[in-house]
Order: sequence, then C-alpha cells, then structure tokens
Amino acid sequence: MTGFSPAEASTPDTFAPVEIGLHGVRKRFSDQVAVDGISLNVHEGEFFSVLGPSGCGKTTVLRMIAGFVDPDEGRIELDGNDMVGVPPYRRDVNTVFQSYALFPHMSVWDNVAYGLKRKKVRGAELEKRVGEHLELVRLAQFAKRRPAQLSGGQQQRVAIARALAAGPRLLLLDEPLGALDAKLRKELQIELMRIQREVGTTFLYVTHDQEEALVLSHRIAVMNAGKIEQVGYPEDVYERPATRFVAGFIGTSNILDAEVSGVDGGFVALTAPGAVNLRAKFAGGVSRGRKVAATVRPEKVHLFDEAAEPPTGWCVLRGVVQDVVYTGVSTQFVVGTPGGELVAFVQNAQRIDDAGAPGQPVRMAWDPEFTVLLESSDG
Amino acid sequence: MKRRPWALGAVVAVVFLFLYAPIAWLAIASFNSSRSLSRISGFSLQWYEELADDSRVFGSLRLSLQLALSSAVIATVIGTLAAFGLRRAFPGRGLWTVLLSLPLVVPEVVMGVAMLGFFVKLAGVPLGFGALLFAHVAFSLSFVVVVVRSRVSGMDARMEEAAADLGASPFVVFRTVTLPLVAPAVVAGAAFAFLLSFDDVVISSYLTGVGSTTLPVFVYAQASKRGISPEIVALSTLMVTATALLLIIGVVVASWRARRAGSTAKLAG
Ligand SMILES: Nc1ncnc2c1ncn2[C@@H]1O[C@H](COP(=O)(O)OP(=O)(O)OP(=O)(O)O)[C@@H](O)[C@H]1O
Ligand SMILES: [Mg+2]
Repeated sequence: MTGFSPAEASTPDTFAPVEIGLHGVRKRFSDQVAVDGISLNVHEGEFFSVLGPSGCGKTTVLRMIAGFVDPDEGRIELDGNDMVGVPPYRRDVNTVFQSYALFPHMSVWDNVAYGLKRKKVRGAELEKRVGEHLELVRLAQFAKRRPAQLSGGQQQRVAIARALAAGPRLLLLDEPLGALDAKLRKELQIELMRIQREVGTTFLYVTHDQEEALVLSHRIAVMNAGKIEQVGYPEDVYERPATRFVAGFIGTSNILDAEVSGVDGGFVALTAPGAVNLRAKFAGGVSRGRKVAATVRPEKVHLFDEAAEPPTGWCVLRGVVQDVVYTGVSTQFVVGTPGGELVAFVQNAQRIDDAGAPGQPVRMAWDPEFTVLLESSDG
Repeated sequence: MKRRPWALGAVVAVVFLFLYAPIAWLAIASFNSSRSLSRISGFSLQWYEELADDSRVFGSLRLSLQLALSSAVIATVIGTLAAFGLRRAFPGRGLWTVLLSLPLVVPEVVMGVAMLGFFVKLAGVPLGFGALLFAHVAFSLSFVVVVVRSRVSGMDARMEEAAADLGASPFVVFRTVTLPLVAPAVVAGAAFAFLLSFDDVVISSYLTGVGSTTLPVFVYAQASKRGISPEIVALSTLMVTATALLLIIGVVVASWRARRAGSTAKLAG
C-alpha cells in the first residue's frame, strides 16, 4: 500500500522520544486476522488517534497494549521495554472502556481511588489525589454517588478520572464517546482536549469517527482491515491521503481515473476524459503512461458558469449540475462529468446563485496544488 | 372491553384464601384449648407449654439447625466455586451444566434411595448426622450452582478487566470486584440451601439414625404414627412463623441493599 506521499509523517520535534512502540504486531483469532502486522510509534505527551471503520482491529490493538490479549507476533514496547507477557496489572497503562465498566458497588470517589489504593497510596495523599481528579473532570460534588445515579456523560467522566488518577504513562481510550449523543460528544471532545493538555499524559485514542479524530489528535493512524494505511498529522491525512482508502474514509473525495502524460516543472501533467490542464504536484514515483487516480477534495473545487473564466493554470473539468443539496454552512453540488459524478462544496458565504440549477453546464476548477495522486484502482 | 377491577380483586382474594387458609387454621388450632382440631373451644397456650417440655423436639430442632447451617455453608462454598469454574470454556461444559441441574428434577424419593445406597451402604457413612450432611450438601449444591451461575454469567467481564487494568492482581480483583458483585447471589444461594435442608423430609427420612431425627422428619413421624396432635400443630405453627420471618428479613435486606446501590436493576440483574 505505498502511495505517492510518504506513509509515515516525519517525527514531530515537539514531542519527547517514543513512549510506546509497536513493531510488526500481528494477532489472529481462530477464523481471521484481526491485526495484520502493525508498527506504530507514539510520543510522550501526544494525543494520538487510531481511526478506522468498525471491525478493523482497533480494539484488539488497545487490548494488546493493555495486556488483555497477547500478540501472536511482534513487540510492544513501553519506554523501550518489551511488554509482551507482562500481565495487565503490572503495566503502567490504563484504559477508558467504551462501556465505562465503572464498579457499580462503589461510590464515584471509591471508583476514582481504586487504582491509587492498588498503588498503596493512603490517607491524606489519597484524599488529595482523588479530589484533584474529581476536580479535573468537574465531578467533585458527585463524589458520594453511585455510578448508576449519574448520566452517561458523567459516568464517562468518572471513567476518565478513574483511569487518570492511577497515574498511567499511557492512557488508552476505546471510543469513549461512542455511546453519547452528538451534542454531548462535542462537549466532551472539548473536555478531553482540555484534560489531555492539562495533565500532559499520552493519550492513545480509538475512534471510527473521522471528524473526532481530526479535531482531537496531534497525530492520526488510519487503519483498515488490520493494517495501518497512513500515519500523519490531521492535515496530512486529510489533505494528502496516502491511499484510496484514506481518501474515501476521511471526508469526501472526488476520484478521477487518469494517465500520466509527462512531468512539467514541479507538476505532473495528466490526461483524463473531459479534463483540461489536469495536473498534480510532482512527488516522485511516476512515469509517463502510468495509470493513476487523481483526487481532489470537494471544498477545493470551484464552480464557474459559461460567463466566468477560471484562473489560469487551474485544472478544469466540464460537466452538468445534477443535484444541489443545501446543508446550511455550504451547498453541495453533484456534477456529472465524463469521468463520473463529482462533488463540490461551495461555502454559502460566496455562493453564486446562478451556478445552481440542475441541468446547467458548469466547469469545475481547482488549483493543481490540491490534486493528490493515488494508485489507480486497477493496479 | 369493559374493565372490571373487582373481578381481578376477587380472583386474587380467592388465591390468597386458598393459599393461606390452611396456614391460618393451623395457627388458630394451635391456640385451641381443646384437643379437637375441628372445634375451637377457647384460647390456651397449653400445647406450646407441652412442646417446651418435650426434649425430643429440642433435640430435633438442634440437629436440623446444625445440619441446615453446615450443609448450607459447605454447599455454598463448593457451589460458588463450581459456578466460577463453569464460567471458563472447557470441553464438555454444556454436559456439566446439565448434569449439575439434574438433581433439581430427579424425584426426591429416588434421590433418597441413591443417597442411602451410596453414602451409607457403599461408603459406610453412619446413619444420622454424617449421612444427612453428605446428602444435604449433595442435593442443595445444584440450587446454589444455578443461582450463583446466573449471576456470574450475567456479570460484565469488563468490570474485572478494569480492575486488573488499574493494578489489581487476580486475587484482589476477586476480592474487591467479583465477590462483591456476586455476593447477593451467593447469599441467596446460601439461604436457599439452608431452607432446602431445613425443610427436607423425604431424603432425610432415609438417613436419620436412632436418636438423631431432623425436625420435619420428627413432625412427619409423629403425625403419621399418632395422627395430628395439637403439639404437632403448635410446632408447625412455630416453623411457619420462623420461615416467614426469615423470608421477610431477606426481602427487607435485599431492598435496603438495592436502595443503597442506587439502582434495583443493577443489583437484581
Ligand atoms: N475475542 C475474539 N475472538 C474472535 N474474534 C475476535 C475477537 N475479538 C475481536 N475479534 C475479531 O477481530 C476483528 C477486529 O475486532 P476489533 O474489536 O479489534 O475491531 P474494532 O476496530 O475495535 O471494531 P469496532 O469499531 O466495531 O469496535 C473483528 O472482525 C472481530 O470479529
Ligand atoms: Mg472496538
């Protein structure tokens, strides 16, 4: 799965050396391979997300790091020490479970104190640390309640406080907001970011929600079918997807089958049906005549009617408006072109009203900077 | 459809009458001043007084309590361990589960024969307390396993993982999370085992020795030998009262615990 851009983003200099490293980790269950040779480095203090569709092996990765599942192959290193075979209770790693898994027979306070007590923290020190963590998640007034007396969002905060209070080197979060409604999710996303920045603990966050991953993370690993497709900063995986899967899974992508016709300056020239001046930034690995997929994000595409002229040097594609969907912030135009149906998002702030009617011929145009080349679907 | 709330009420009343009239009659007859059971002639405590003077009654009561207590403790320990054992997957688990609940459906008369044959005739356990203890543990074990197992298998394994994740060794996980969560079922299983043992007539009647008769067997023997005497009626009334009290205490404790946990669903489920 090598794309045209490097699959691993360069190491950020702002983070300290690797805290957790996975090297060639593989896990098969009786009937299928759940994790198929994964290598990853997470840096100290990072908010790192693993993003992928349901069933791609995200939970299995977390469970191997926590120690509930042993990998069949590969190494899992925490601060350079191989963790494979070390039982969960001896790993400096704590988990926030999707189902919260709070202890129903203990108060909120006792839940948060649980990990500290296992570390033999007692007396005033225990009081202080539990109090701090209840403050951190803004639940100090609920200390005496049982988990069943809290709302879903409050229970989730208790789960976070409980896992953090134990003072882990690494916090694992398995879709912690998955069970909450959209509005509460948004609120808790902001909370999570604040908490992570405040405590500085490394977070390894699993989600299938691409927007959540983009909003929260320093870096993202995109997973599919047990493999990692791309690791990078949010803007990397969004703006420069390394594979067709990433382009399709994160946001919406327009994908055109094209052929390389030459390299011209810093750009690769491409031919595709109905396209004029189709170009992409040159990133190596292409040769004349090669079949590729040219992709561009819908919000990069501008629409021009017959009267207006796209800026010189832009890629242009002729088509006919087929559908117009008003979504509030923007309007989504579905345009039929010789290369298939493509989509353009036009901010309603700058919407040209007369470009809108279905059946109207338009030109889609974008800056070639935004064309991303991927391997062609047929090879 | 026309609603007839009084009809429903009448049905309930009939059911209660049917269930409780004999017991109520028992209580009333025990305070009767005459020996006759069909004619109430006045209030008297004489049958209770005679009962209090009967040393055989106290002997049987002591044996029954000792037996119920010790068989309940042993059955609860073994049964709870078995319920946890059945949690893991192993070859033949399904068969084991069925076998464990078989004693629930085998007729007691047959169980009694089997116990007598195996424990006494084959293994040489003497009749009396020893044989009774083995037999009572054997038949109440199934009930404990069934009650505890339903709770154990319904428990979220993530809870124990969370405890291990927070640094608890397997033993600490068991002590601080698993056991408290299954405790209500263990207590229920123990109470069940106690009552089963305390109530048993059929199986026990095969195994009682000379001078060691359980209370229900004593009552049954007296009643069948001499007919229902007023002393037996008084004794039966006491037994009903004691059992009812135990039941009420159990319900009160359970609802108190549930309130304390903040949710009935969490504990009952
Ligand atoms: N204990 C197990 N036994 C057998 N198969 C398993 C087990 N755990 C996971 N799998 C399989 O491994 C694959 C990966 O599962 P995993 O739970 O890691 O996915 P996931 O990415 O977390 O999915 P989701 O987003 O739905 O939680 C799935 O196809 C699943 O069926
Ligand atoms: Mg999962």
